[in-house]
Amino acid sequence: MRNLDKPKRRWHIVVFLLPAVLVYTAIMIIPLFGTLQLSLFTTIDREQVFIGFDNFRTLLGDERWSQSFWNALKNNAWFFLVHMIVQNPIGIAIAAMLSSSALRFSSFYRTAIFIPTILSFVIVGFAWKLILSPIWGIAPGMLDAVGLRFLFEPWLGKEEYALTTVALISVWQFVGIPMMLIYAALLSIPDEVLEAGEIDGLTGMSAFWKIKLPLILPSIGIISILTFVGNFNAFDLVYTTQGALAGPNYSTDVLGTLLYRTFFGFQMQLGDPNMGSAIAMMMFLVILIGVCIYLFGIQTRMRRYQF
Amino acid sequence: MNKVRHNPLNIFAAHAALLTYTVIALFPVIVILVNSFKTRRSIFRDPLALPNTDTFTLIGYETVLKQGDYFLYFQNSMIVTVASLFFILLFGSMAAFALSEYRFKGNTLMALYLAIGIMIPIRLGTISILQIMVASGLVNTLTALILVYIAQGLPLAVFILSEFMRQVSADLKDAGRIDGLSEYRIFFVLVLPLVRPAMATVAVFNMIPIWNDLWFPLILAPGEATKTLTLGSQIFIGQFVTDWNAVLSGLSMAILPVMILYVIFSRQLIRGITSGAVK
Repeated sequence: MRNLDKPKRRWHIVVFLLPAVLVYTAIMIIPLFGTLQLSLFTTIDREQVFIGFDNFRTLLGDERWSQSFWNALKNNAWFFLVHMIVQNPIGIAIAAMLSSSALRFSSFYRTAIFIPTILSFVIVGFAWKLILSPIWGIAPGMLDAVGLRFLFEPWLGKEEYALTTVALISVWQFVGIPMMLIYAALLSIPDEVLEAGEIDGLTGMSAFWKIKLPLILPSIGIISILTFVGNFNAFDLVYTTQGALAGPNYSTDVLGTLLYRTFFGFQMQLGDPNMGSAIAMMMFLVILIGVCIYLFGIQTRMRRYQF
Repeated sequence: MNKVRHNPLNIFAAHAALLTYTVIALFPVIVILVNSFKTRRSIFRDPLALPNTDTFTLIGYETVLKQGDYFLYFQNSMIVTVASLFFILLFGSMAAFALSEYRFKGNTLMALYLAIGIMIPIRLGTISILQIMVASGLVNTLTALILVYIAQGLPLAVFILSEFMRQVSADLKDAGRIDGLSEYRIFFVLVLPLVRPAMATVAVFNMIPIWNDLWFPLILAPGEATKTLTLGSQIFIGQFVTDWNAVLSGLSMAILPVMILYVIFSRQLIRGITSGAVK
């Protein structure tokens, strides 16, 4: 009805859309294409020379490059896996307990458990570095108090533990997000559904597994894809705890830190924007594949229940 | 009825589990805060003790305030966060209004185009963004950061705000049109005040990631005059690795502003998340 009788151009639509589209296109979309373009060039005598997919061939074929790349990708995959098997189940469990109507102080717990999520990586990284430091001795001291002193290791400094430790610190920081989203999903389940289950004898744990869990599956899908995108884009926590070199011996190197080092250079190696762009494009590909699997493989198959 | 569902033993177990996790969540923060007020000796000798008259000291804070440009960093962070939020909300709500209110060719396509950024992180374009900023002379300015954060925040803002704007009654807007209000006035005078809760949600969602971001300040604005608090504390704390008083105080001072924001906005934030704004 409205406006259909006006054949003239509706300039206000343009005015409303223009600022957002302009900033978004200039700072988000064009740079994505710009990075793609850079990844197809190389710099020879300060001139950009088109070389097709050679950067990608180097990245995947050259021994030194491919080793760092696969190492970073593998570490990144493990980083993501730790989040999926630790962070999301803990978040769901906490949300399930919080959503119980008989539980008191639930808003206190919710507020407190969300606090790490609002802190910056700098604070989280340094705080855990200090706590796990063998010099300060909070962690060994506390293990000593329960007679488990022998378990202590300088976890962040050992190649075999460092990546898992950093991943667990990140889990500690971000558990609040699955907790909140699942909590919201659980609250939206109507009482009648749960009461109908009770009449059929489903209470407590069995009510959770048989009624609530199937109903919150779409939200679990969302937290999984959010975790995926966040993890394959991670940089800050590794940078604050382990530095740009992602030590010890690159054992905590993820794609984000590899991109940073390649682009800016480190130690003896000069920065290389073209190779950096190639790595950024590989990250783009990984994230794109993940998002597509979610959108077409998972989301469309999931049944959504309308109440 | 309720007795069936809530076994007291289960409730007790739930409290025990939640309390344990709350301790895990808060312990590192509290350890840092408490030790920042202690002398170096007692930081090491008894890290879990509260400061007493013997061990209380503010020496770390003195070092931090003397050495670091804490207030400048804080001011930079403030400017960047507030300006970014303002423009995300202004541009985002304008675009959301256009998409939800008018039927025009390419409407769905435009909505999809703006939604790409919800899933694809803006960081992937960093190298090209830096080149653009170098070319336009915006490196080491707060403007560069503000522009990036606007672009980063817009997709989700448009998405959430257009959901809400669809719920604004059409009769109200049509009444405005009959009274001869222009489309701009309908938007600013009639619609915007009605979607204020959604705008608050968008604001709190964006506030914390912008305030805490390390990547873009590190790459686009690492200069002394434009350091944000997050980047400033990263570099500052890195310099004082051996001065534990200064490190702990620097950390505490970085925690403080976020905690204040959280205390002010936590209800809004939690309501925003739980109201199902993110579907």
